[in-house]
Amino acid sequence: MESVQAKAPAAAPVGRKRQGGGLLRRIGKRYDLYLMLLLPLAWYLIFHYGPLYGLQIAFKNFNPGKGIMGSEWVGLEHFQRFFESFYFKRLLWNTLSINLLSLLIAFPVPILLALIVNELRSKSFSKWLQNITFIPHFMSVVVIVGILSVFLSPSTGPVNKLIEWLGGEPIRFMESAGWFKTIFISSNIWQNMGWQSIIYIAALSGVNPQLYEAAKMDGASRLRRIWHVSLPGIVPVIVILLILDIGHFMDVGFEKILLMQNNLNLETSDVISTFVYTTGILKGEYSYTAAIGLFNSLINLTLLLLVNRFARKTAETSLW
Amino acid sequence: MAKPTITKSASDGRVFDIVVNVLAVLIMLVVLYPLIFVVSASFSDPAKVLGGEVWLLPKGVTLAAYENILHNGEIWTGYRNTIFYAVAGTLINMIMTVLAAYPLSRPDLPGRGFLMLIITLTMFFSGGLIPTYMLVKNLHMVDTVWALIVPGAIATYNLIVMRTYFQTSIPWELQEAAHMDGCTNWRLLWNIILPLSKPILAVMVLFYAVGHWNSFFNALIYIRRESLYPLQLVLREILMISQSDAVDASVGIEDKILLAESIKYAVIIVSSLPVLVMYPFVQRHFVKGVMIGSIKG
Repeated sequence: MESVQAKAPAAAPVGRKRQGGGLLRRIGKRYDLYLMLLLPLAWYLIFHYGPLYGLQIAFKNFNPGKGIMGSEWVGLEHFQRFFESFYFKRLLWNTLSINLLSLLIAFPVPILLALIVNELRSKSFSKWLQNITFIPHFMSVVVIVGILSVFLSPSTGPVNKLIEWLGGEPIRFMESAGWFKTIFISSNIWQNMGWQSIIYIAALSGVNPQLYEAAKMDGASRLRRIWHVSLPGIVPVIVILLILDIGHFMDVGFEKILLMQNNLNLETSDVISTFVYTTGILKGEYSYTAAIGLFNSLINLTLLLLVNRFARKTAETSLW
Repeated sequence: MAKPTITKSASDGRVFDIVVNVLAVLIMLVVLYPLIFVVSASFSDPAKVLGGEVWLLPKGVTLAAYENILHNGEIWTGYRNTIFYAVAGTLINMIMTVLAAYPLSRPDLPGRGFLMLIITLTMFFSGGLIPTYMLVKNLHMVDTVWALIVPGAIATYNLIVMRTYFQTSIPWELQEAAHMDGCTNWRLLWNIILPLSKPILAVMVLFYAVGHWNSFFNALIYIRRESLYPLQLVLREILMISQSDAVDASVGIEDKILLAESIKYAVIIVSSLPVLVMYPFVQRHFVKGVMIGSIKG
């Protein structure tokens, strides 16, 4: 016994290389790694795959007494009810328009900010710019909406004071359906542009300086250098982030929308995810809203797959 | 021949520099101004804030709003709860994330590709709000602290970042050598991997802790008892719900409205303070975390 143990260390590496065997045998050899994984994997199964199992209530009439399995199967009834409901058009339109506008307006801002940071000659100044623009990222949505409501307040907020000073009438921004999307998107930009620019700034610093020199030699102005050197250098990063953004196309900023929502701006602020919350959690229509949530996720997944495929073909960059 | 082009590009460069610098200053002002306004208003005489006299610097400096918060039991309960959720939650987050990230970083883990697939898929498709809520309800976690800690025990994105770090920053040869010396995987993780991974561990602690500090939605759907309310939920009541209260209680209790108004600014400051005070010291780490995350694993 003792002699075997003494030999073991020398023999071990050879033995490891030879282990071709079945999966189970290999798992047996690495059982302690699996022991580590035990809790996390169990957690993933319960808290990520459990809800997927529970999703079947989207096709059933969930009855708490009968449980998920025992409830009566109704097929696509809930989906049909949603598509035919009075709210469907409004919910879909708000969800799509808020996200499309965000993509068009908010997505390019961090790229522009990164370009500005990159072009500043004073390194300490560009550090200041970065550090200041990061600050709002760390504030909670509740705080952001709180700041919005005091900042835009019709009686005390500086924005309305400026409007009055210019001779206008104060606007009740937070209770206005017409202003909702503007406020939502611009405050998102305010909060997140600095943070989102980090990746672009890093990508820009990775662009080969010789390319800039060459462009300079050819007489390219600094704007042209941005256009012909900087931007192409970060296109892969832009594409990846764009794909990821579109993959979450239908559910951007749900918590903030919920906090900004009130009866007066519901016309433009009611989106699919807030509807799922108010109708599902607050009113208890589980099956109906599970179906709506599923519809939402399916659109997200479809968009992600389509955009990824498109990006792979055109920009030769993709998630997988 | 060469001269005109040089002067042209030089002046072009100067104009460009001016434009870029002006833009940078404008951006800073736009980001800072609302923050400065809130800070100033929180230190100002409520009557002057309501009268619209405060626009940049505090007017009629007073600490009344902060004193008022000091006596507000709800805010302190919220503070205490949030500190507890942040500490306990982050602890569980870290244990779970390390336990998942390390084995998955090992090239010799059988079935690694499949396990990664199972985990990554959850980033792109989930059961959604309602099935998750029903699950937590069935597990009898509703209205307990567990509802705020367990369902979010691992953030898949953080897991992938940490795994990438283990894979790229710790030489595999080192681990093999430790193995040959008879080191078990547990000891390897505890004595070698973790001490070598302090930077990423710090980043993850920060990510998770700030996440706990700022989260309100889970508490909104899972917590009913006010004694369990985290700070953000208390904050929401003060900032958003009291709005309508203040309107309803029209005349007579003017002072109350005044205070209710002014407390909003102070409460915004008090609740963001811990994160913002920490910010200058940890900002570097956050940035590092994003950079590691941006390397494709």
